[in-house]
Amino acid sequence: MSGKPVLHYVSVRGRMEPVKWLLAAAGVEFEERILKTKDDLQKLRTDGCLLFQQVPMVEIDGMKMVQTRAILNYIAGKYNLYGKDLKERALIDMYVGGTDDLMGFLLSFPFLSAEDKVKQCAFVVQKATSRYFPAYEKVLKDHGQDFLVGNRLSWADIHLLEAILMLEEKKSDALSGFPLLQAFKKRISSIPTIKKFLAPGSKRKPISDDKYVETVRRVLRMYYDVKPN
Amino acid sequence: MAAKPVLYYFDGRGKMESIRWLLAAAGVEFEEVFLETREQYEKLLQSGVLMFQQVPMVEIDGMKLVQTRAILNYIAGKYNLYGKDLKERALIDMYVGGTDDLMGFLLSFPFLSAEDKVKQCAFVVQKATSRYFPAYEKVLKDHGQDFLVGNRLSWADIHLLEAILMLEEKKSDALSGFPLLQAFKKRISSIPTIKKFLAPGSKRKPISDDKYVETVRRVLRMYYDVKPN
Repeated sequence: MSGKPVLHYVSVRGRMEPVKWLLAAAGVEFEERILKTKDDLQKLRTDGCLLFQQVPMVEIDGMKMVQTRAILNYIAGKYNLYGKDLKERALIDMYVGGTDDLMGFLLSFPFLSAEDKVKQCAFVVQKATSRYFPAYEKVLKDHGQDFLVGNRLSWADIHLLEAILMLEEKKSDALSGFPLLQAFKKRISSIPTIKKFLAPGSKRKPISDDKYVETVRRVLRMYYDVKPN
Repeated sequence: MAAKPVLYYFDGRGKMESIRWLLAAAGVEFEEVFLETREQYEKLLQSGVLMFQQVPMVEIDGMKLVQTRAILNYIAGKYNLYGKDLKERALIDMYVGGTDDLMGFLLSFPFLSAEDKVKQCAFVVQKATSRYFPAYEKVLKDHGQDFLVGNRLSWADIHLLEAILMLEEKKSDALSGFPLLQAFKKRISSIPTIKKFLAPGSKRKPISDDKYVETVRRVLRMYYDVKPN
């Protein structure tokens, strides 16, 4: 009799958003506990719920999991989105590593000054269009299949779609010049569980705005003097 | 007839060191190609073997793997150092995530100014002794076993030993106040494959010096200033 996973985090997309994507794509309902004050975070720490005093933390299958990669690996494995063997897993890990690096450039974005946001935006778009998108376009071109790995949906596809949509929020034609990724985006977006997650009313977070930035700074006591890449 | 894995990186620790540790602990011999010139790096780039134009890259079992975590996950899985099921893997991933964060604070260390090195050293020691070492001490205390996960050697133990030794290079009594970690360090160090890796003549790399920094800057054309945390 397992309850739904419970996600503990702050109110920005941050590091928890890929976890939501993966659960949603797997058709798994979950609950969220949003930390609103420093006391909320302190209580989790004092109760011994956070192995390294940090969020994200996900309560799942009797565990209090921390470390985003550990959480994602577990969910991917549990819901058969992690390939069929070690070699497929290696490919998925490689591809997810790339999209993780790319989306990682946007983690601190809400906390930058207006001027630095412009710089960082340009930086991320340049990385996406000169390094990451070409790599994934080539993967799709080389095997001609619909999915990145093993001719079926995996965590790598879900993570790449998330990255594509984040980039398009920064530059709406980010995918121009990448026809296979454009087709990939349409295809993965139309998978029922993912289509549902992309529709209004889902647990997907919008781009973080200033209202949330101050709360997060206060709760986590970080992100005060953030520099762009 | 498997060839030895081939590691492509600089002649220094950086992101490749954890991979060397894991292969050595698993008793797997490997070869290394050291990046020394810009021309060499550009040749690698042109040959298309670096998916995201970055090293580390490891040729193993017919794959050219990039992304440190993907490489480590694959080696751990292949050599039975990744637990016996999804839940043990989740614990290992969590623990490795912590030591990865901790050692990550030292990645840029060789590139810092003398003054910033002092600051960063204090920062890392403080994180280790107030956040990370207490967490691992508690894990060992709670189950009273010799290894972090599943009562047998796993990647998590090897990674933690690596982190402990790196910290002790910065503060020789970093483990004071952590008796279980002291015993753990002795115990894991005396495992034959690991003992061999810790002895002179192994492929373990020394602390990175100015020559290493100069090589990396030259090969990657990375001439900007690196700041501490």
